[in-house]
Amino acid sequence: MPSQKPLLEVDHLLIRAGAEGPLAVNDLSFTVAPGEIVALVGESGSGKTMAARAAIGLLPLPMEVCGGAIRFEGQDLNQLSCAQLRGIRGARIGMVFQEPMVSLNPAIRIGEQMAEGLRLHTDLDKAQIRQRCVDMLTRIGITDPERCLSAYPHEFSGGMRQRIMLASVMLLRPALLIADEPTTALDCLAQLDVIELMLELTREQGTAILFISHDLSLVARYAHKVVVMRHGQAVEQGSINHILLAPQHAYTRQLLEALPKRGELAALPATDKPLVEITGVSIEHPGQARFWGQAQPKRAVHSANLCIAAGETLALVGGSGSGKTTLGRALVGLVKPCSGEIRFKGIDILKAGQRDHRLQCQMIFQDPYSSLDPRMRIGETLAEPLRHLPELSEEQKRQRVATTLVDIGLSEAFMERFPHQLSGGQRQRVAIGRALVRHPQLVIADEPISALDMTIQKQILELFERLQAQYGFACLFISHDLAAVERIAHRVAVMHQGHIVEIGSREAVFDNPLHPYTRQLLAAASPLEQLASGGYRLRPKPENLQPTP
Amino acid sequence: MTVSLLSVNATPARRPLRWPPANALIGGTLLVLLISMALVGVFWTPYDPLKIDLLSRLKAPSALHWLGTDEFGRDVLSRLIIGARTSLWISLLTVCLALFFGSVIGMLAGYLRGWTDRLLMMINDALLAFPGILMALGLMAIIGASQYGIVLALSIAYTPSVVRVVRGSVLSLREREFIEASRVIGNSEFYTLYRHIAPNCVAPLCVLATSMFGWTLLSESALSFLGLGVPPPAATWGNMLAASRPYIANATWLGLFPGLFIALALVAINLFGDALRDRLDPRMSR
Amino acid sequence: MLRFIAQRLALSVPTLLLISVVVFALIRFIPGDPALLMLGDMADPQSLASTRAALGLDHSIGVQFAYWLQSVLSGDLGVSITSKQPVLELILDRFSVSASIVLVAVLLAALIAVPAGLFAAWKQDSALDLGLVTGATLLLSIPSFWLGLLLLYAFGIKLNWLPVVGYVPFAQNPAEAVTYLVLPIVTLTLVELGAITRMARASTIEVLRLEYIAHARAKGLSERAVLWRHALPNAFAPTWTLIGLILGNLLGGIAVLETVFTLPGIGRLMVDAIYARDYPVLQGCLLLITFIYVAVNLLVDLLYPLFDPRVKL
Repeated sequence: MPSQKPLLEVDHLLIRAGAEGPLAVNDLSFTVAPGEIVALVGESGSGKTMAARAAIGLLPLPMEVCGGAIRFEGQDLNQLSCAQLRGIRGARIGMVFQEPMVSLNPAIRIGEQMAEGLRLHTDLDKAQIRQRCVDMLTRIGITDPERCLSAYPHEFSGGMRQRIMLASVMLLRPALLIADEPTTALDCLAQLDVIELMLELTREQGTAILFISHDLSLVARYAHKVVVMRHGQAVEQGSINHILLAPQHAYTRQLLEALPKRGELAALPATDKPLVEITGVSIEHPGQARFWGQAQPKRAVHSANLCIAAGETLALVGGSGSGKTTLGRALVGLVKPCSGEIRFKGIDILKAGQRDHRLQCQMIFQDPYSSLDPRMRIGETLAEPLRHLPELSEEQKRQRVATTLVDIGLSEAFMERFPHQLSGGQRQRVAIGRALVRHPQLVIADEPISALDMTIQKQILELFERLQAQYGFACLFISHDLAAVERIAHRVAVMHQGHIVEIGSREAVFDNPLHPYTRQLLAAASPLEQLASGGYRLRPKPENLQPTP
Repeated sequence: MTVSLLSVNATPARRPLRWPPANALIGGTLLVLLISMALVGVFWTPYDPLKIDLLSRLKAPSALHWLGTDEFGRDVLSRLIIGARTSLWISLLTVCLALFFGSVIGMLAGYLRGWTDRLLMMINDALLAFPGILMALGLMAIIGASQYGIVLALSIAYTPSVVRVVRGSVLSLREREFIEASRVIGNSEFYTLYRHIAPNCVAPLCVLATSMFGWTLLSESALSFLGLGVPPPAATWGNMLAASRPYIANATWLGLFPGLFIALALVAINLFGDALRDRLDPRMSR
Repeated sequence: MLRFIAQRLALSVPTLLLISVVVFALIRFIPGDPALLMLGDMADPQSLASTRAALGLDHSIGVQFAYWLQSVLSGDLGVSITSKQPVLELILDRFSVSASIVLVAVLLAALIAVPAGLFAAWKQDSALDLGLVTGATLLLSIPSFWLGLLLLYAFGIKLNWLPVVGYVPFAQNPAEAVTYLVLPIVTLTLVELGAITRMARASTIEVLRLEYIAHARAKGLSERAVLWRHALPNAFAPTWTLIGLILGNLLGGIAVLETVFTLPGIGRLMVDAIYARDYPVLQGCLLLITFIYVAVNLLVDLLYPLFDPRVKL
């Protein structure tokens, strides 16, 4: 980048909550040049969001800037009056937020929300404003822009709403766009979609981007410069290639190493019969219940065929709405298929009594914040499944719980604690422990790591590997992120809109994907690979693969 | 790079204990004072609240009678004290009854759904269609004015609200993953209801209980004011207020103090209820 | 949209039916001869006989209910024992008095309370907010009949500005009618201010935390525009529901204020009917008030999508 005056200059910034609160941002300094893409990367609690909010002057109330300065186009933002700041917001600095479900006002039509900013900052008349909105909507790929203007946000999907929000922010042609984790709540493919759009629009207008994210591999593709943050401080910053090739700080290296990579897998016990056989299973979601009869049921899974061998990990990957979660839940008996067979150890679980199946087949849920009963202590939660094993004595049950606690890596002190006293990663460990305490033969893991920070994800995956080697259970690992499963899956199945479109060994699917959807997913996966020297670099783009003959 | 066990086991820092907020303190103190007053009144009052003494009628507040005397010469303070006893006791009984029956019905409706839910909710909505006081009025017309009559009438009047709240709670809890986890473990529906759903309803129920306590106190006072509540000569704040109307011009203290006590009790309940809600809500959602 | 309205109306029918059953059962529970109850102790044997026939007393209870329902639907709610007036006429007359007070008071309260609640939420935790919340809680806790008595004493007796008892219909003499209505309306407004302010404040605080508010601010909108254009439409919905509940509750609870200010309203009518054992009137009041309550709730539900477009029409 040619050296020019920086657009945004953050200079030894200090942010804390009130007069004596802890420091949220501690001596942060970086610059953003015009047209440059700078990424602020860090895990939860790193202070990146606070820094971004400070740059637009929107710190949530107890927080305040108590040292250092933020200069935008040469002006110190702290010295400006409220009215001057408002003039800059929207017109010169735009911001897009994380949650697509609440980022647009549900009570106001889209056209009105888009027009508001233009009315405020420009002199255009009504007709011109409307024209600009329509043009922008067409630009982002909306087929019927007129209808969209008079529609409400809830009529669109999450990905669509993010695009609309982007559009309404870029309408004002700001010089700097602050993107606060704009794609975290979307699935893999939608994420790429939104980011590509963001890049196109900003490139056209020469807008600089300050990109906040927890995902280093995501920003690696696009950022010019990276600032790695931890506990409010910038531990390392520099150009992206520099950081990747030769990361200096231990934390940066930790972040990079948390990226999943292919490892050695445990050998599978040789058996002739698979543990689980799913044949021609179709599952329907009942339609919305109405007073007079029901609406049409929706088919979530179409005639699926799968096998899982004892001790193996089968990864089931797909985007939202692909039916992977529904299929997993059918395996544990939470939903009933409308046709087909599910055999567990040769017995059809839909016909026979459920007891043995329930004992042998357990589930780990996605959200660590809602999968544990907030009113039960950890010890009680772990002991509850043992109710159904009357052959164990009280003493044996106590022993089992204690052993499980150690196995999942928590100390004895945790027995008496409540879930709200634990972090997300710790809660997920308890959820895993609860699933394993009865030594089941099959575990369904429904996106167990999606809600966690990257380094914690790595810890949980390591734990999982270790436990699988120790207990020898088979696992159906459900995920929307193909990259995450590369580490632990023996075989991979890809689902798309209710159909299993590809299934094969890990090597086959990752190195030689056949179905276009699989290829799409792979392209969206982590673009980084480790070099022999220990540094990382962007994976060379796969050639435009020829269609299968 | 292995992560040491220490960092895995680190818990988020314990929040330092702070002085409870002002509304809890004020509300709680007032409540304690009122309840003590009522309890004391079980054993002792400055004067006999029922004793008629026509020589001392309509005396203004003085050192002898702190809050004055009424039209029959009865000491106002003593009557207020036993009024406290009556009113608080009626409210307590009503809240307990309504909470118990409302919770059971609400939980069954919310958890079992299907036809049970539809039927129960239809009846509930029909009962809810009678605004609180109206239902109580109607019931009192049949039962006749009496202490336990009011308890019955008010319980029936307020149970539908409890059913609504509990059912709402259960409906949202049902979707939480730990309920599904309970099923996957193999627990029966009934066990899940008892062990997992019921304890998690306690927090919203506590908040509801304090609100209800205030409503029933007010309703009982209103009914007594209308002459349809606890019949004289028994004293409740409501009927003391009603009896004071003819004397409002020249014995204002007769109308001032009963109403003041009702207001104080309600302030206490509302403040305390607010503090309780603030304390319980954020914890329970995580 | 019409389909939605028709659907909701249709759903109300079972509720209305159940209400009728409850009211019917309520009166039947009273010990004694139903015909005697309907006509009073002074009735002559001829009227008693014809009433017994009209009520269908020699048939089963189900048929009796059918007879009763039929007469209700045709507008015949019986005749008041005390005043000999047709019940329906009597009730509608009185209802207009109560309704005028309730509607004006709730409207006034909402007009003041909603902006106040919005303001308090905006300045959350400031001295002003604390003052508003404390004030609202105090108002909420004051029993309406006590406040009415105190205001009556202050303005009616001590200062002698306003009349103490009585009522003049608005149509007859507007200026004088207003003097009779001022105190009851002011009392009711003050009492409802508390509840509505708190609800408006609480729901606005919830809304202000959401991301689209930050988005609106990031566009450069002034705080006032953010509050009125973005926060209010979303925050108003729970308040609107509360207003519906309040209106419903006041339909019965207005009795206390009518007693204090000696107004000829429907609450007072009901209470007098209970004292006088005037069962036709009691029955009629119960029916009418609950039907109106159901109608009010229906209206509240129908207008809900105005505030929250996510609720499908």
